[in-house]
Amino acid sequence: MRYDSLLDSVGGTPLVGLPRLSPSPEVRLWAKLEDRNPTGSVKDRIAAYMVAAAEKEGRLTPGSTILEPTSGNTGISLAMVAKLRGYQLICVMPENTSAERRELLEAFGATIVFSPAAGGSNEAVRVAKEMAAANPGWVMLYQYGNEANARAHYDTTGPELLADLPEITHFVAGLGTTGTLMGTGRYLREGRPEVQIVAAEPRYGELVYGLRNLSEGFIPELYDESVLTTRFSVSSADALRRTRELLHTEGLLTGISSGCVLHAGLAMAAKAQKAGQRAEIALLIADGGWKYLSTGAYSGTLAEAEARLEGQLWA
Amino acid sequence: MAIQVRIPTILRSYTGGEKSVEGSGSTLDELFADLDGRYDGLRGRLVDDSGLRRFVNVYLNDEDVRFLGGLAAPVTDGDTVTVLPAVAGGAY
Repeated sequence: MRYDSLLDSVGGTPLVGLPRLSPSPEVRLWAKLEDRNPTGSVKDRIAAYMVAAAEKEGRLTPGSTILEPTSGNTGISLAMVAKLRGYQLICVMPENTSAERRELLEAFGATIVFSPAAGGSNEAVRVAKEMAAANPGWVMLYQYGNEANARAHYDTTGPELLADLPEITHFVAGLGTTGTLMGTGRYLREGRPEVQIVAAEPRYGELVYGLRNLSEGFIPELYDESVLTTRFSVSSADALRRTRELLHTEGLLTGISSGCVLHAGLAMAAKAQKAGQRAEIALLIADGGWKYLSTGAYSGTLAEAEARLEGQLWA
Repeated sequence: MAIQVRIPTILRSYTGGEKSVEGSGSTLDELFADLDGRYDGLRGRLVDDSGLRRFVNVYLNDEDVRFLGGLAAPVTDGDTVTVLPAVAGGAY
């Protein structure tokens, strides 16, 4: 397939069946392979949309500096778009993300500011907001509250899924900024009101959550709970186990967040199977496994991999 | 068999430091009432007059109970209930 430029090749990703993981011919799982985007993750879609929107609004002008809190994928996507469109990029990233993500950001020419590990992505958001307030000339696209994030999925991911799987009954994706689920979910529901929109979020170990307070929850501005049918919280152990199932059973080397999505997808598949209902379940595979090799997620026993992952942000 | 309930660090002062406790009941509400009999004050940290507290997430077999009927969500022996502080996560 031919495109005028790299940016023009964003999206249009394949939807592949997962026949070995599907419980029966009536209850089927499908994988939307977002690792086939230019920088290897679903975030290329929103980076392109958020930058285009900011250019249209006049917020971004040649030579502008973009600031963004990101645990990796959005930063890498923005770094690519920034390079092609002539902007500087500063990423605020938790210090406990994988080495590959840091190296990739640096390779693309982005500047990294680290935020403390203990607060995870929430802390990165807080630090970025402080930096933005102190530097009014910088442009924070702020994926958590940028409507262009959800719109990218409403305009592209949703239509692609409905075209490839008109009989879709479930859409399962990771819950981070919530943009993927909000945009894709709204689009699918317009075409198929009965479709179930299922969120899968990572549940980290005590090293990440241990010091947190019950009243600290951060809810992205984009989040609208009414779009979701249900929401799963998946432990690192289950996410790792499912990531390996994707690799060993279907030959898909995915990031660990996709194991999280598979875990929720299989739970919904089991419910459909038990109820005797047909199901066509689309799983959003946000990225490939390459960036996570250094975490040791794919080697040794599961217990060893889980121990290595303790305290790291894997999604 | 009973229902296993996983307790987050910040609430373990109510369970004598236990990470996981067992309880019984046919709904989440009954389960929390059962636990409160042995772990005094725990229920009050999870529930207020209007239902589940806003910044507490409770999961039944990993699924958020707010989507399963909240305190009325049916529970059965062998289920796992996980209590967590509300928090965002993900590869942003």
